Formats: sequence, C-alpha cells, structure tokens
Amino acid sequence: MENDSPTHAQAIPVLRTFGVGDTGIKAIELMMADGLMSDRFVAVNSDAESLEKSAAGEKILLEDRRLRGLGSGGDPERGRQAAELKAEQFKALCEGVNVVFIVAGLGGGSGTGISPVVARIAKAAGALVLGFVTIPFDCEGDQRLFLAQHGLDDLKEIADGVICLPNQKVFNLIEQNTSAIDTFRIINRFLADGVQGVWRLLALKGLIQIHPEALLRLLHERHSECAFAVAQASGPDRAPRVVDKLLAHPLLDNGQALANSESVLISLTAGAQLTMAEVKSVMEQIKTQCHSAQVLMGAAIDERFDDRLAVTVITAQKLDQEPAPRTTQTLDTQLLERTHTAKPNSRFLPPAPALAPEKMQQMFARQNGGRSAQRRASLKMRQGQLPLEIVSKGRFDKSEPTIHKGEDLDVPTYIRRGVPLN
Amino acid sequence: MFDSTSSIIVGLEIGTSKICAVVGDLSADGALNIVGLGQARSRGVRKGEISDASLCEEDVRHAIVEAEQMADVEIRSVYLGVTGSHVRGFNNRGVHPVVSADREISEADVQDVIKNAKTINLPAQNHVVHAIRQHFLVDGQDGITNPVGMLGARVEVDVHVIHGNLNRLQNAIRTVKGLQLEVDDIVFTGLASSLALLSNEQKELGSLVIDIGGGTTDYVVYANGIVKHTGVLAVGGDHVSNDLAYGLKVPLSRAEKLKIEHGSALVEEPDKGQTLTITNELGLPLKVINREHLRRIMSLRLEELFQLIAQDLEQSDALNYLRAPVFLCGGGARIPQIAKLGEQVLQMPVSLGKTNSISGLKSALDQPEFATAIGLVKFGSFQQRRRAARSSLTEGIKTTFGQLFKRT
Repeated sequence: MENDSPTHAQAIPVLRTFGVGDTGIKAIELMMADGLMSDRFVAVNSDAESLEKSAAGEKILLEDRRLRGLGSGGDPERGRQAAELKAEQFKALCEGVNVVFIVAGLGGGSGTGISPVVARIAKAAGALVLGFVTIPFDCEGDQRLFLAQHGLDDLKEIADGVICLPNQKVFNLIEQNTSAIDTFRIINRFLADGVQGVWRLLALKGLIQIHPEALLRLLHERHSECAFAVAQASGPDRAPRVVDKLLAHPLLDNGQALANSESVLISLTAGAQLTMAEVKSVMEQIKTQCHSAQVLMGAAIDERFDDRLAVTVITAQKLDQEPAPRTTQTLDTQLLERTHTAKPNSRFLPPAPALAPEKMQQMFARQNGGRSAQRRASLKMRQGQLPLEIVSKGRFDKSEPTIHKGEDLDVPTYIRRGVPLN
Repeated sequence: MFDSTSSIIVGLEIGTSKICAVVGDLSADGALNIVGLGQARSRGVRKGEISDASLCEEDVRHAIVEAEQMADVEIRSVYLGVTGSHVRGFNNRGVHPVVSADREISEADVQDVIKNAKTINLPAQNHVVHAIRQHFLVDGQDGITNPVGMLGARVEVDVHVIHGNLNRLQNAIRTVKGLQLEVDDIVFTGLASSLALLSNEQKELGSLVIDIGGGTTDYVVYANGIVKHTGVLAVGGDHVSNDLAYGLKVPLSRAEKLKIEHGSALVEEPDKGQTLTITNELGLPLKVINREHLRRIMSLRLEELFQLIAQDLEQSDALNYLRAPVFLCGGGARIPQIAKLGEQVLQMPVSLGKTNSISGLKSALDQPEFATAIGLVKFGSFQQRRRAARSSLTEGIKTTFGQLFKRT
C-alpha cells in the first residue's frame, strides 16, 4: 500500500501518551490495564487526588495559588495558565519522542485548557502530535459545548491530527438503561481503543508498517474531520465478522462515514497466525465501502492477541470549505480565545484588538454574564453541512430504513452506484 | 357441522401489495385440493409488516370474504404467513449425552437433544417461529435421520431456527384475531413458498427458492432434503416502483404502471434510444420517458437484489449444495427476463416456479404470486395429517414444528 518505509527500514518510533484531565487519565489507565508499558504514559491534571490514583509512569500536577490542587474549576484559562508554568517539565518529557498522543475530554477546565499547551510544547520539541478528545453530551449544556468547541479548534490548529469522539454518538451504542457511570466507562474505553489502535500501528513490529509520516499525511489537512472505530473478533470466521462489526459501528454512522471519507487508514492487529488471506479479505470488504477514498493500511503482529483480530479504522473527510476564520465573530468571542503569541504554523493570527482597558473589563464582565444571542448564532454556524442533494426515499420515507452493511437499500440503486442516466 | 376435525385448511398471506387467502380441502385419503381463493389490494403494509392496522384489517376481511364465497365454506382459522426484515434464520446444534447403561439411544434422548438444540440464546423480545430438524449425529457420525435404537455415547442434532421480533409478529396475529379468526400457526412466508414450489426430489438435490414480493424478498435453501438456510431482505417490487418514480420523475402510481407494462430486468440493444409517451386519461401526451432509463433503473435494482442474496449464500456456504435450479416466485417473478438476469448473477440455471402436487383451481395455481398462500395451505395439511396421526396414538401430545417438518 502507500507505505514508504520499505525503502529505508527505520527504528520503531518513540511514543508518549499524555492523559490530560480526568477523562484523559481514566482512558490511559485503561490502556495501562491492557498491558501497555506505563513508563510511556504521562498523567497531567490539576487535581491532586486523581493523579495520586493513577499508575502512570510520569505525573504532572499543575497547581498554583488559585487552584490549590482542587482542579481547574471548569475554567480553561486557569488550566492554561497553570500548564504554562510547567512548560519546562513538559518539554523535558517530549525530548526525543517521535509521536505524542494527547488524550483528553474537552469541555471542562483541565482538558480544554491544558491540551493545547501540551500540544504546542510537544510540537516545538519536534514530535508529531495526535489528539484524541471527547466532546460533551448535548445535554451537558451549551457552555461546556462552547468551551469544548473552542478547545477543539485550538487543538486542531496546533496538533498534526485531532480525532474527536462526540459523546452524543455513543448514545446510539448503549442500551437505554445503561447507568451514567457505565456510559462514561464506555466512552473512556472508546478513547483508549482508539489510541491503542494507532499506537499498535506505529509501535508494533509491523508486517506492513505505517510510517508516522504517512499517518501524518492522512491527518495533515488540519481541517479534516476524523471518525474512528475499533472492532475485534476471534474464531475461525473472524475476518468477515470483524468487518461486519466495523460496518455496524455507530461511530462510523453505519458505514456512511466510510462512504463519505476521502482517506481511510486501516490497521490490523492479530496474533502470529494472521494469514494474508484474512488481511486481503478485510481490506477488500472495507474497500468496497469507500470507493473514492485513498486507503492506507498497516498490519502488525502482537503475540498477546492469540486468535483475536483487531481492526482500527480512521477515516478523514475534508470539509467542503475551510471553516470561517474567527474574525467574522464578534469581538466578544475573540476575547474569549486568548491571543496565542507563540502559536506556530497558525494560519491566521487575529490582530490584537486595540481597546482601552476599561472597555475590555466591560466586555469581560459581559462575557461572564448570560450568553449573548450573537454567540449562540456563532455556535450554530459551526454545525455540519447538509449534503447538496437530499435523496428522497419516497414511499419508504417513514418506514424503518433497510440498512445492509452500511448501505441504505431504500435509496435507488442507480443513485448509490452513481450510474448516470443520460 | 364445523367440528375441530374440519378438513378445510386456509392459508392467509398479508403481503405488501396484496392480501391473499387460499382455501384448501384435505380429503380423508390425504389429497389436497384448492377450492377457493380470495384476494384484496393491500394498503396498510410496508416491507412485509403492518403499518396501518385498521386498513389492513379491512383488506384482510375482503380477502377472507371472497375466499369464503368462492369455496362456499365458513373460515374459522388460518395459517398465517409472516415475514419482515426482523425475521432471521440460523443453524444451531444441540448436544445430549446418552446416559443409559447399555448406551442405546431412546426416544427420550431424542426428545432431550431436540430440546437442547432449541434452547438458543435469543434476545428476550425474539420469538422462535420455526425450529426445523435437520439431521442427527451419533458420536460424531453425520447424516443420521433417526437415531432411536442405535448405540452411542453422545447424540447431537442440527436444527435450523427461524426467529423474529415477537411484537412485530404479534401485529399480524392481532389483526387476524380482530376479525374473529383463529390463527392455527404462523409460518415464515419464504418457507411456505418453497413448500409450494419444490418437489421432494428437488429438495433432495438442493435448491434455492427466491420469493420476490412487494415489500420483501424471502429466500430458502434446501439441501439433502432439509432446510439449510433462510433469509429475508426488505427489498421488493415496491423498491423498483419507488426507484422508477424517483428516477423518471413520475408519480408512484404511474411508476407502478410503467413497471408492469414496460418493465424488464435486462436492458437490451433494441431498447437504446427508445421512448415512451405517457398519456392522460383523454389520450393527450403528458410526458416522454426514455425506455432505456426505465429498464436500466429496474435492472440495477434487481441485479443488486440477486447480488445481495448471492453474497449471503456465499457467506453461509449454502451455494455449494445447489444442484437443482433456482426457482423464482412472488410478483417479482413476473418481470420479463428476470430469470435471465438471475442466471447472470447467480451463475446457476434459474426458472420460474410452478406450484405442483396440489390439484384444484387451475387459474390460481399457475400464478407465481399465489405460491406463498398455497404453500401455507400445504404446510397446514402436513400439520393436520400429523395431528390426526398423533391424536390416534397418544391423545393430547403437543405437536412441535420440528416434528411436523421432518418429512416435508
């Protein structure tokens, strides 16, 4: 496949994973529980208690006078400031590392504030930075969503690739009466699986190895939207079953994400008895789902897998247009996002608003009050776009859709196959 | 007059495009004769499942009344055909150790192993429609039809289980019960069609029956005389009409008419560039339609349908068992050239199914649409015969589907 490693066999890259905030730490705990080496993990939080419980090799407690080890109080700015104070420590941890994973839950204070700082420092130290983040449930309130969206934008701007898991999508996956604790456990599991999938891809001795550069190229378009899914199966017919599981995966929207993607990364991991026929069958089945995409694949052997076969799929879909630069928003929102003075490679640096200090005070005061209608509008503007042509389902409009391996069979065949009628 | 030993058997199929009731008369010597047929246009069904219960009830009443008039009987109970995307089939194996000292397999062991095979881990809301016995294994020796009296340490049995969502199955049953009719049994429509079309030799050779209905396509694979695989796709003639309505930009009713009058499963050379003119009721031209497009849209949809079936059969390894031709039935079998398209996709001889081994109304038996309803009657006759045989031996033993099906 599109693998440029065979020409010059290179050493396995050094990876490091930062679990940022409570969600991030829980996710890396799961990974460590799965047997990945703990000295590769760094737990970062502003809450001393959650750090204490962590088994990570390195722990960084962010504290200052105001935080008192009690967390960031849901304010990303505090998290950011605290992280800046520990910049040296982050830098030391990023020295000589090829790939840095940042795992965080956005929407709170720590994850949202700290992640971009860590990303920036890691990037400056020469590492490839990949973010795996969650976005809060819709019901968690506009404020958290708003913060998360900003954190995500910041991270996207700095990191080489950001893979985002909206918690809302997990709703499709869980039973109606799953407890809240279990739901968050499932989300953490997803995050952990996602990171592990990419981790395995880069770290394990590959049959077909993926160079970090190739991964980077896939994710490099900063404004691409990523979806990922991991599925596992074991037994004699594991290859077809794992594909079925993938196509039914809610995070891939029943396979729709594959069909719409521009580039797809597929990573297979299995025990030593992985056969080429299995690799071929998995690849062929997935490829039929994404005709138009550029496919990048890797396969790795992990002795611990026995007869399990795990497939990780990351799809990247370029947005039709670059997101509108943030200047179009009102000054209020511009003030909310800091002026990043040291942001490298930023495509756009907003001019510092020349305002009198009193005026700024005034605006801050207004921000802390109720949310303005303008900001609400700016949130709406970022919602996903509808496809240009909506295929009406005619008489099946209201009936249960007939989904077969990710295809909606109610849509006329000639449209799905793209057969022109002229 | 109408006692419980009545030899009148009624099959009722609540289809997406039509509701059909067939009345069969089972004579004392076991011969089945079709004596009545009633049908009504179906309005309250989508994709094989009821979407408007009151409309559907009305249509069922029409069909039943028509059948009653034609056969000159009063219909009390029916064998009801069920289908829908929720209906699934799979093979399961039950194991039972023979514990008796002399290792002889007794009737009780056979009952136990069948019971084991039927205890399947299904979600609570699912209901087993059929559990069809395939064959027994004694100490790993395959292909045993009756192990009673044989010696062995372990007896196993394979069953084919067809199950569906209980609530959705209940919808159809409730509609029928609302008309003061009893439901003798529910039967998977694909199975009923295969009963109507296949002879015992064809089941032995291995055959595939595809019932292309209005809302669903059901298929059943027989091999070595037993049901090997079943499946339902919620795609049917309705989808063809809907595709045409969308692609040709005509109303659905017009699309339906175009499909019937000008449709074909294949696009052929002479169709290229041909046009059709749609006229209104006064004969004035309304719209010109490209015939090639019409047939291309149909052909793509039907081709996909066969491909999906072929894929499924390939996965379940059922294709290798087919030595008799593939049979088509249901309204979709009327589409010109469909057998040829099926041959191209499935790489097997395909022919239109004929309902045989039943005598009676000739006009009814020749139509592919009625295969399911006739099959339902046939299913009922097997059950009736079995029941009669059983009740004479041991009163009150509950018959099970598996046993009923063993000989079919």
